[in-house]
Amino acid sequence: MSTRNGNLLEVKDLRTYFHTEDGTVKAVDGVSFNLRRGETLGIVGESGSGKSVTNLSIIRLIQSPPGQIVSGEVVFDGRDILRLTENEVRRIRGRRIAMIFQDPMTSLNPFMKISRQLMEMTQLHLGHSRTQAHAHAVKMLETVGIPDARERVDNYAHEFSGGMRQRVMIAMALSCKPELLIADEPSTALDVTIQAQILELIKTLKQETGTSVILITHDLGVVAGMTDHLIVMYAGKIFEQAPTNELFAVPGNPYTKGLLRSVPDPTASRGTLYQISGLPPDVAHLPPGCPFAPRCDRAEDICSKEFPPLVEVHQDHHSLCHFATEVYAESVAEKSKVQ
Amino acid sequence: MNDERPPTPREPDKPEPAFTPLGTPPEPPIRPREGDIIHTGPELAVGEADVRSAERAEFVTGTSLTRDAWRRLLKNRLAVFGMIMVVIITLASVTGPFLIRQLTGFTPDYIPTDVAALKSLPPFTAPDGSFSWLHPMGTDTQGRDLLARVLQGGQISLMVGIIATLMSLIIGVSYGAVSGYLGGRLDSVMMRVVDVLYSLPYIIIIIVLLSMFRGQSARGQLILLFVALGSVSWLTMARIVRGQVLSLKNQEFVLAARATGVSTPRIIFRHLVPNTIGPVIVYATLTIPTVMLTEAFLSFLGFGVQPPIASWGSLTTDGIQNIAIFPWQLICPGVTMGLTLFSLNFLGDGLRDALDPQMRKF
Repeated sequence: MSTRNGNLLEVKDLRTYFHTEDGTVKAVDGVSFNLRRGETLGIVGESGSGKSVTNLSIIRLIQSPPGQIVSGEVVFDGRDILRLTENEVRRIRGRRIAMIFQDPMTSLNPFMKISRQLMEMTQLHLGHSRTQAHAHAVKMLETVGIPDARERVDNYAHEFSGGMRQRVMIAMALSCKPELLIADEPSTALDVTIQAQILELIKTLKQETGTSVILITHDLGVVAGMTDHLIVMYAGKIFEQAPTNELFAVPGNPYTKGLLRSVPDPTASRGTLYQISGLPPDVAHLPPGCPFAPRCDRAEDICSKEFPPLVEVHQDHHSLCHFATEVYAESVAEKSKVQ
Repeated sequence: MNDERPPTPREPDKPEPAFTPLGTPPEPPIRPREGDIIHTGPELAVGEADVRSAERAEFVTGTSLTRDAWRRLLKNRLAVFGMIMVVIITLASVTGPFLIRQLTGFTPDYIPTDVAALKSLPPFTAPDGSFSWLHPMGTDTQGRDLLARVLQGGQISLMVGIIATLMSLIIGVSYGAVSGYLGGRLDSVMMRVVDVLYSLPYIIIIIVLLSMFRGQSARGQLILLFVALGSVSWLTMARIVRGQVLSLKNQEFVLAARATGVSTPRIIFRHLVPNTIGPVIVYATLTIPTVMLTEAFLSFLGFGVQPPIASWGSLTTDGIQNIAIFPWQLICPGVTMGLTLFSLNFLGDGLRDALDPQMRKF
């Protein structure tokens, strides 16, 4: 089943462009990463940094036109998804790679009973009969902790609360026991307590089923406790890539440092909150140098002229910056000072 | 007012109560301790009934969209009137000619053999001039029972309305949904086709079509009429459904369905089309009277239904010729048609108000 090196998913130099009237938007530009079986990968970044497009590209759900996967490979379990036929991809979608979306309010069909939406999955992929599929739907709802699942299964989406709908979405996503679960900001639209419940649920189910998870979010607090690896994206590019603990402890990129500093510290009672100045760049008209240079504290001349290299600052820890090694060294120094 | 309030312990000019010179400890505020039973007035008591109703409320299932819409429709008096009239006219048209035949022996095309009866009788009048229930709408110039003919005309009108609406439902909905969902160049081409068909003067097309196949039997002519009306009735429906689908297809549930591997036809017809049902129902109900009117118009011009089959349009033509002498020949079919069209329009408007979420009020 698995590939030689234990990677479930290998994304190599993925480029997804959108051809708009305003020029070509390079939403994802040369993204590469690997995901092992059973591992959780976090992708963080500001809005518009290409997190969602990366993941939609993985299962080829980019609307085309205007979107187009220009180049790259998405090797899932030894096969390049980008070279499969539409029918083959459809058999993978939902069956082996499932997705959870950001807004549970709109991601369920308002005109279909929950049961029918859940049953559609297993009837389609597992060849269940109606009764089998219905029983399975009830079981899945129980798994995700919906009380009275037997009665609730025949309700419509509007009869559920936001948190419950997200649970239904998770039930739907997991009903075929996928090998990879892509959760696109699963907790953003929910309030904090429900957020914690949903994340805890994903975590538990992941441990039970051994599913690999890609967790997209812009909330650093969410990824901290959930992920093994972390990718920081900016303007369609991976800015930093490291094991989660390492990335939080010793960031090797000015952008990551800025992000981490922007998380409000509840113990600091007064003072202004830190923010990275400026706005994310217009990815349709990127300057030749580092896309983050105009907002960067330590930008120098070279930053606005040359595109930065991807430096391996430590084992398994890459950073896209001209000064990656220095930034990393600073972080290490700061950390040892604190200790 | 102020004096009645007990002094608060932290008034600025008073020190902490512990420092009062007499050493009397201040009375602590009364707080319920654990185990205390708090007695409240009867109006605050939570009774068994409240608990029950609260329990019950939890199991009250949300009213479904259909039930909601139905309730709102029933509140609309004109729509209810329209609905009742439509039901009555439909039942009368379907069963009427048969019943009349059973009761009186008259069929819509029965011309009396008795020469004395070969004249137009006013409503409720027997051939000898006395009151009679035999012909409630009178007879036409040939002595045929007008009620039977009007009801047969109703059959034709209903059939035209239903068939054209079915055509518009089947062709229009699928055409519009496919065009809207697939989008891009295909959408442009499909919609330009609709635009072209729209811009053609369809009355003229129908007239040309009908006159080209003039030599047909009455039944053949009738089928031709259905086809001609059906083929133009789906255009608006296609546009409406396309517009709906365009706004729906970018919703996340469509993406979710695609992400679960649902095939494109299934997404269009299982996920998207049911979501357009509100506007589709409304437009379909409003199509029926429009098509009926067109049929009446064509029959009035002599292009539609051919004798001996009657339709409201052809009956009106006959009536107009004798308007001065036999006004009931025009009034009876005319009023029936007007009433039907009014009722259908009221019903359609009522349905629109009931199904349109923007108009939702409780």
